[in-house]
Amino acid sequence: MTMKASNRQVGGVNVVDMSGRITLGEGSVVLREAVKDLLAKGQKKILLNLGDVTYIDSSGIGELVSAFTSVRNQGGELKLLNLTKKVHDLLQITKLYTVFDIKDDEAAAIQSFK
Amino acid sequence: MTNRVSYTLDSTLDSVNHAETTASEVAAKVGFSEDDQSNIAMAVREAAVNAVLHGNQRDPAKKFFVAYETTDDALVITITDQGLGLDPSLIPDPLAPENLMKGSGRGIFLIRAFMDEVKFRNVAPGTEITLIKHVSRK
Repeated sequence: MTMKASNRQVGGVNVVDMSGRITLGEGSVVLREAVKDLLAKGQKKILLNLGDVTYIDSSGIGELVSAFTSVRNQGGELKLLNLTKKVHDLLQITKLYTVFDIKDDEAAAIQSFK
Repeated sequence: MTNRVSYTLDSTLDSVNHAETTASEVAAKVGFSEDDQSNIAMAVREAAVNAVLHGNQRDPAKKFFVAYETTDDALVITITDQGLGLDPSLIPDPLAPENLMKGSGRGIFLIRAFMDEVKFRNVAPGTEITLIKHVSRK
């Protein structure tokens, strides 16, 4: 399944709805470009909605970490929304679950941005 | 009874996807749970990515080989590249605080997390990684 990312603004926060697989190659590139484009436009409040992400591999996990670091280095915040069980489990075993700010309610997630 | 099927694959991402899909199909046929099927497929994907990127370095002249062997009590998958070899003891721990925020280096960790046994062997030239999942533990 092809990776897709679409962006919408809600209350000053950029919600990026992602679907498909975040894996080495196309999926990771789509994520990287989506975050890069937002940062280039000065948009630093980013909520990645992973509710329709069916699969993520180690490359995809690495891309999430890189995106998180890029946004933080520019003084912004990147949070994750609606993890599937698979992605949740992967972030737990890689000890990244506590690194990311992970939300399961979009309205509350948007409110949580500074 | 033992069944064995093997593939010779080009060093491409399409081949990685092929290895992953086949692993999932074989695991399903053996009777592993959906969770195990997904984990086995991911372990094979990670090993195939390593073979293509780090072992063969996407050299079109180099192939990698994937063998799926089912025995009465296990699924044994062997992935072999034609690269320069790998010393698994030199692979950094991705859970160490200094590595936690790195953008790569989690592949072999995930393979070990998802399989019951993981073995490396230098086959000069190349690395062979054997992934074993026991049927009794499914």
